[in-house]
Amino acid sequence: MNKIKKIEEIMEFIKDGQTIMFGGFLGVGTAENIVDAIVKKGVKDLTIICNDTAFVDKGVGKLVANKQVKKAIVSHIGTNPETGRQMNSGEMEVELVPQGTLVERIRAYGAGLGGVLTPTGIGTVVEQGKTVLEIDGKKFILEKPLKADIAILKGSRVDKKGNIWYSKTTRNFNPIMAMAADIVIVEAEKLVEVGEIEPENVVTPHILVDYIVEGGER
Amino acid sequence: MIDKERVREVIAKRVAKEFKDGDVVNLGIGLPTEVANYIDKDVEVILQSENGFIGLGPAPEEGKEDKDLVNAGAKFVTIKEGGACFDSAMSFAIIRGGHVDATVLGALQVDEEGNLANWMIPGKMVPGMGGAMDLVVGAKRVIIAMEHTAKGAPKILKKCTLPLTAAKEVNLIVTEMGVIEVTDKGLVLKEIAPDTTVEEVIAATEANLIISPELKVMEV
Repeated sequence: MNKIKKIEEIMEFIKDGQTIMFGGFLGVGTAENIVDAIVKKGVKDLTIICNDTAFVDKGVGKLVANKQVKKAIVSHIGTNPETGRQMNSGEMEVELVPQGTLVERIRAYGAGLGGVLTPTGIGTVVEQGKTVLEIDGKKFILEKPLKADIAILKGSRVDKKGNIWYSKTTRNFNPIMAMAADIVIVEAEKLVEVGEIEPENVVTPHILVDYIVEGGER
Repeated sequence: MIDKERVREVIAKRVAKEFKDGDVVNLGIGLPTEVANYIDKDVEVILQSENGFIGLGPAPEEGKEDKDLVNAGAKFVTIKEGGACFDSAMSFAIIRGGHVDATVLGALQVDEEGNLANWMIPGKMVPGMGGAMDLVVGAKRVIIAMEHTAKGAPKILKKCTLPLTAAKEVNLIVTEMGVIEVTDKGLVLKEIAPDTTVEEVIAATEANLIISPELKVMEV
């Protein structure tokens, strides 16, 4: 089974109105070549799920700047003034989720759970409109799972079967998102032979990855 | 009163004295980050960075930046020997699960009950909460490091008016005027900055202050 594709072939899967998860923390660990290709393709009305909206010229921020995003589900937008502007003008919807809750909602879907119970947000606006349960005398918010049509990951080293190893802080949301989408695509900074990543050093196992794109360092 | 130029240094230095050997600490962006510069050499503090590692070190020398190694503010940093990297789920399990001894954050407002507002000003500034809500709920101790007032207006209030980051989670407030502990009875002024009077602190604070009978002068 050959999972290795050209970036143009991958773009056939990307369509208007999709929900797409992107790994990355302020752009570190985001598949920049795939983001650039989505900008070039110009698909519209995307719902993006990412830790943040990065910067206008880095990471998923480029999709916001190109007005391709209908809704962003993120924990932080402060580094991308364009997100704030489009949110205030009503061009784009932003759902702000505490970072630890965001990652657990994604993990919940990928792990087949019906949701997570978290104390984060109790007594704040985050609690509004949600079910609050008291367990052993402590209050928790029921937060529901998040899934996507596509997850776009960035791997520092990816073998030809799709096993992924992440360098330093590029890991962040990537391995969690690998489990929460119908189609999982990884951009490999360095594509290596099967066996070059020791089995015990594989962070994302290849069975979760559908397609591999060679990206190079940037 | 402390010289304006020394305000940030005084706050950061005083917060740094709060840590014990072996503590796991998360420092917020801005002034809290500066606390790392003043930690006693004999005290080993393990800094956690919520984007996914422990063992956060200082900024690298120019030219030695690693594009894959940044802090939660996307600034290039280093990782100390013995550090460890992990994904965001592990990072926030560490935070939420009570495995972080202390978090240091800035604040827009703090109140008598230990409520904290530091993530948005409706209609003006909505950067998002990032990891702050999880940190404040999960860390064993929440230390607020901030200037005592904003453009002369008190930030330590009877009741927060801005949207909360978390309810009743703050343990200690360190400003250039003193050190205030949040207790069941209210806010207790435990230390006061040199050349500062209790009256001056009270005037700059909207909340009621209980003056500790053992009020000490803050080491700056």
